[in-house]
Amino acid sequence: MGETTKRNCAVIGVGQTKYQSTRETSIAGLVREAALAALADADMTFADIDAVVIGKAPDFFEGVMMPELYLAEALGAVGKPMLRVHTAGSVGGSTALVATSLIQSGVHERVLTLGFEKQSESNATWALSLPQPFSVSVNAGAGGYFSPIIRQYMESSGAPDLIGCMVAFKDRQHALKNPHAHVHQHDLTFEAVVDAPMLWDPIRYSETCPSSDGACAMVLGSEAVGDAASKPVAWVHGTSMRSEANNFGGRDEVSPQASRDCADDVFAQAGITDRRAEIDAVEMYVPFSWYEPMWLESLGFAPKGEGWKMVEEGATTHGQGDLPVNCSGGVLSSNPIGASGMIRFAEAALQVRGMAGEHQVEGARKAFGHAYGGGAQFFAMWIVGADKPS
Amino acid sequence: MSADVAPEVSVPDVIAGVEPVQSVRTPIRLDYTYVPGRSLTAYLKAMKDKRILGGVCPETGQVAVPPRGVSPLAGKVTEELVEVADHGHIMSFCVTHIPLPGREDLKPPFVAAWVRPEGASIGFIGLITGIEPDECRIGMRVRAVWKPDEELEESAENIPSWEPTGEPDVPENEVRV
Repeated sequence: MGETTKRNCAVIGVGQTKYQSTRETSIAGLVREAALAALADADMTFADIDAVVIGKAPDFFEGVMMPELYLAEALGAVGKPMLRVHTAGSVGGSTALVATSLIQSGVHERVLTLGFEKQSESNATWALSLPQPFSVSVNAGAGGYFSPIIRQYMESSGAPDLIGCMVAFKDRQHALKNPHAHVHQHDLTFEAVVDAPMLWDPIRYSETCPSSDGACAMVLGSEAVGDAASKPVAWVHGTSMRSEANNFGGRDEVSPQASRDCADDVFAQAGITDRRAEIDAVEMYVPFSWYEPMWLESLGFAPKGEGWKMVEEGATTHGQGDLPVNCSGGVLSSNPIGASGMIRFAEAALQVRGMAGEHQVEGARKAFGHAYGGGAQFFAMWIVGADKPS
Repeated sequence: MSADVAPEVSVPDVIAGVEPVQSVRTPIRLDYTYVPGRSLTAYLKAMKDKRILGGVCPETGQVAVPPRGVSPLAGKVTEELVEVADHGHIMSFCVTHIPLPGREDLKPPFVAAWVRPEGASIGFIGLITGIEPDECRIGMRVRAVWKPDEELEESAENIPSWEPTGEPDVPENEVRV
C-alpha cells in the first residue's frame, strides 16, 4: 500500500433545527431548515456546495423508501453528487465521516452533510421488533435489546444502582442550556428520575431517549476554505469507523472490540496519549443512561469497571468536571435517530469553535464526537480541534 | 423563481375554514414468503422433532444457534450441523414492563433472556417462565418448555419459553465463555 496523505478538513458551518415532535414541518422542510442554517453559519449558499452527503436511520421507520431521492431539491443537490449513508443509529456520525473523506481526498472543496429523522411519523420500537421466522418474538425495541447488556455491565462493574439515574439527571440539566434540545424539564428532580417507572428493567422511562423530529447539518471545507472563513472553524484531527457482527462466541457486548479499535485509531491519528487529560469536551451517543459509563471505559477515558466513578464524582458534568460529557443534553434529551450521531459531531465542532452558547465548555480546544448503532456493532468517531493538525 | 417564496394557495369556498389535515394514519401490512435456505431449513425441521441444531464454524469450532449458514466471526460456510441441548443457562435478561406489539398474549412484566443452550457458543433470545421476574438471575440454568407434541411445527415458536431447572447456577466466570 502506498503512502496516503489526507488533506485538512474543517467544519465551516453548523445548522440545527429545534428538536421536537412536530406536525408543522415536512421531512423536506426539516432538512432544508438545517441546511440553510449551516450555510448561513458558513456564509455560503447552495450554489457554493460541490456535493451533498445525507444519512438517516432505516427507511421503514417512517415508511418513506430512499427519501434522499425526493430530498435532493430541498437540499439544492439537483445536478450535484448526492450520497446516502446507512449505518443504523451510528449513521449521523458515519455520514459526517464520508463527507469528510470527500474533502480529505481532494475530490471536493465544500460539502454539505446532514442527518435527519421524523419520529412523529414513525414507530421505531415497532420497526425494531419485526418478527423473524427463526426466532421467537419476545424482544421489544432498542430498550429490550440493550437492557441485558446494561445488566451485564452493572453486575460486572459493581456500579451502584443509581448511576444511570445520575447520568439522566445530568444530561437533562445540560439540555436546559441548549435551545435546540427536545426535552426541557425545568422542574425535574433527581427523585423524579429515580421514581420513574421501569420500562425494560434495569432501564427506567427517565433513562431513555425521547422520540424526536429534527435535522442537523454541517458545511465542511478544505484547508483553503477553512482559512478563508469569517468565523472560527473546527479542524478535523482524526476520523475512524469500525463494525463487527452482533452475535458470536466470546463477544464483549459491553465494550465491543470494534468500539475499542475505533477509539484507538482515532486517538492515534490525533496524537492523543492521555485521553481524559487532552480532550476538553465529549459528545457521545448515550440513548440509555448507562451507556455513559460503559462508553467512558470502552473509549479509554476511564479504566475498565471504573467509568461509573467519573459519573458519581461529577467528572462528566458541565461546569464541574474535567471531562464534560454531552453538554448539549445528548441523545437522552434529543433523539432524531438519523441525526443523533451528526449532532454529536456538530456539537463537538461547536465546542472548539467557541460557539456552543450557554453550554460552551470554556476554552475547549479539542473535542470528541461519537456515534454507535445496530446491536452496538457500528462505530463512528472524530476528534476536532480549534487549531490545525500539526 | 426563488424557492424561498411559497406559491399562493387558494381553496374552494366549500372547504374554506375547514381544519387542515396534518397527518393521516395508514397502517400497512406485508405478508411474505420466507425461504430459509439450507441451514435454517434443517434447523426448523429439527425443531419439529424437538431438537435444536447449531452450525459449526470450520475454522473456530464455534457453534452458532440458530445456524445461519455462515459463521459470524470467520465468515465461513457452516456445512456441519450438530445438535445442542434443550437446556442451558441465562447469559443476561431484560424484565419488560411494556406490551410488545404483536404479542398481546404476553402480560408485562415478562422476562426476555439470552439463553445459551449447552453445546452452543452463542445465545439466542427466549422467554423465561415459571419464575417471578425479580428472582431471575444471570447464570440461572433453564430448560426448554416445548409445545405439546401435536402442536409442533417447523417453527422456533415450538419453544414458547424456558423455565428454571432448579440446579445450581453456572459460575459467574463461565456465563459468557
